[in-house]
Amino acid sequence: MSDPVNLIANWLKTVLINWGVSPTWITVILSAIGVVVLASVVLVLDIFLVWVERKVVARFQDRLGPNRLGPFGLFQPIADVIKLLLKEDITPDKADKFLYNLSPVIALATVIMLWAVVPLAPTIFGSDINVGVLYIIAVGSISTLGILIAGWASNNKFALVGAFRTVAQMVSYEVPMVISILIPVILSRSMGINTIVHSQTVWYIVLAPVAAIIFLISSQAELGRAPFDISEAESEIVAGFHIEYTGMKFGLFYAGELLHALTLGGFFATFFLGGWRGWGVETYPILGIFYFFVKAFFMYWVIMWIKYSFPRVRIDQMLNLNWKFLTPLALAALIITALLDKLFQNASYSVYVLVMFLSNVILLYIAYLVVGSYARAERKRVADPEKIRVNFPIKSSGSTIEPRSTSEGAHV
Amino acid sequence: MIPLSWYLIFAAALFCIGLFGVLSRKNAIAILMGIELMLNSVNVNLLAFWRYLNPNFVAGQVFTVIVFAVAASEVAVGLALIISIYRRRSTIVAEEINLLKY
Amino acid sequence: MTPLQIIFLIVAAITLGGALMVVTTRNLVHAALWLVLSLFGIAIIFVLLDAGFFAVAQVVIYIGAIAILMIFAIMLTRRVAKDSGPQINATWPIAGIVTLALFGGLFTVLQNWQQIHVLPPSFPEGYDPLQQLGVELVSPNGYLIPFEVASILLLAALIGAIVIAWSKTK
Repeated sequence: MSDPVNLIANWLKTVLINWGVSPTWITVILSAIGVVVLASVVLVLDIFLVWVERKVVARFQDRLGPNRLGPFGLFQPIADVIKLLLKEDITPDKADKFLYNLSPVIALATVIMLWAVVPLAPTIFGSDINVGVLYIIAVGSISTLGILIAGWASNNKFALVGAFRTVAQMVSYEVPMVISILIPVILSRSMGINTIVHSQTVWYIVLAPVAAIIFLISSQAELGRAPFDISEAESEIVAGFHIEYTGMKFGLFYAGELLHALTLGGFFATFFLGGWRGWGVETYPILGIFYFFVKAFFMYWVIMWIKYSFPRVRIDQMLNLNWKFLTPLALAALIITALLDKLFQNASYSVYVLVMFLSNVILLYIAYLVVGSYARAERKRVADPEKIRVNFPIKSSGSTIEPRSTSEGAHV
Repeated sequence: MIPLSWYLIFAAALFCIGLFGVLSRKNAIAILMGIELMLNSVNVNLLAFWRYLNPNFVAGQVFTVIVFAVAASEVAVGLALIISIYRRRSTIVAEEINLLKY
Repeated sequence: MTPLQIIFLIVAAITLGGALMVVTTRNLVHAALWLVLSLFGIAIIFVLLDAGFFAVAQVVIYIGAIAILMIFAIMLTRRVAKDSGPQINATWPIAGIVTLALFGGLFTVLQNWQQIHVLPPSFPEGYDPLQQLGVELVSPNGYLIPFEVASILLLAALIGAIVIAWSKTK
């Protein structure tokens, strides 16, 4: 009873062998059943996330949230789903029908595909590929393609502009995300996610806090959530790439975004908070699922906390933050981690942990000093601008207009 | 088990389709797509030979990595050139870009 | 027919079909998306070749970067009278003949090669091709220099692309 999932899988395998099915087909059938079960569990969790999101945002905004349908409003997502299913399904004129219908499917499918490599427990995982980290990046880049298709197939200029901005943001923030994920890879000497979790006797958030912070910020940008929600800047481009989507297609986009947030929270928990690690997981593997989801939901709460506390940044500020701060910081952290890992690989583990932690703290302090000086220069430039001279004798209907004061020039 | 011939014929067919795309399309970006198909068929060939003839010889994989890098850089520079040409001539149809000096 | 062979045939058919659509469709954005399908099919074929790293690298590099870049370029260089007229040259019959001749030639050469019907040798115990690739790429006796030269090539391409596409009004 300590691992019911594998128990059921082995029982099914013996049943199929008794029926005389060849081993390759058994693998195919069991994999198909596993895929269906995992996708269903993830999608049901997704519906629950709608309720979580609305309750948490309500509490952040000092109100109650949905509390009419069911105890504590728990049936609210069902009402949301019924509403979305009953809405009129509009396809814009001259929109590319096949692509228009395909893109919500891609947006949701790429998020569910991420759950194939998440280790939920020591023995419960989708598949243990030895390039799991790179698989996450690959599936993330397919999702940007889905957004581009959505923006283009809507036959709407605002949707296209929104899609361009979103894709630019997501492609830019993949770079620090990849570099920061490489740091747990160095520390655990493998790209397989199961190996990364197995080697976290000390959680990697202690060994590599800089990588954790960069991963958190990049996740926030990859999700398109505030402060990086240029893609759905309601005041600017009216909901961005999913303007023309109604009903359940919009529901798929919305559900995909919420699930993506939980998935990236789950990945943060896996890479930096120890995944399924906890008390008593070795004897009862099923407890791993509980620990994993506690940590994943905690990180999901942190992502929501950031979303509902910050205003939106401008697109040039966002790109500056990425290319001038996050990427150099991530590269510096990677180089320092690799160097110290090589220098201290024979030392005892507590010395190793201490050295890594201290190096990250020093790097953060240096980054703080650099950002501080840059911010001071910015503040000085905005508050105390240099005066410029403007000469504008304007001839209109024969008379010249003199500038107001020729000695001072104009203030900008 | 899949014999080597299947992979090689598949790669040859993909290469020929890419070649047809390069030779017969008007738009410069469509020509680039044909080139991408050809580069991918070469990758399939390299990895098939690596796997089937000598998996211990790592040069097959290294060559594939280099081809990835070269293809990515070539597409980047090619598309930059195409955008630059579009700005000057307002066309990227290969037949219409036929003056050495505008 | 083992399941692996069936999977290979299906994936190869999808990839070649997608490639045919790339070179014949009129709408360029559709061509780019058919290219994405073909590249995905090739990634699956890499998995069949026990080169999992290359499969995910293919998705990241080609689909995640190159295909998106092509779609951007297509959208930025569209003419107002969109995609009008046939997208195929007047000399396409000659291209078709050359292509078919080349494929016939390759097929004949391959058929005459003795070792073509080999089956893959199994890996020795505990052999990890990914690890060997990683070690060889950074060892000075191995392929370190080509690796570094490829990095410099990418850097040169990056700078070159920025400089070429720089708008002269700035």
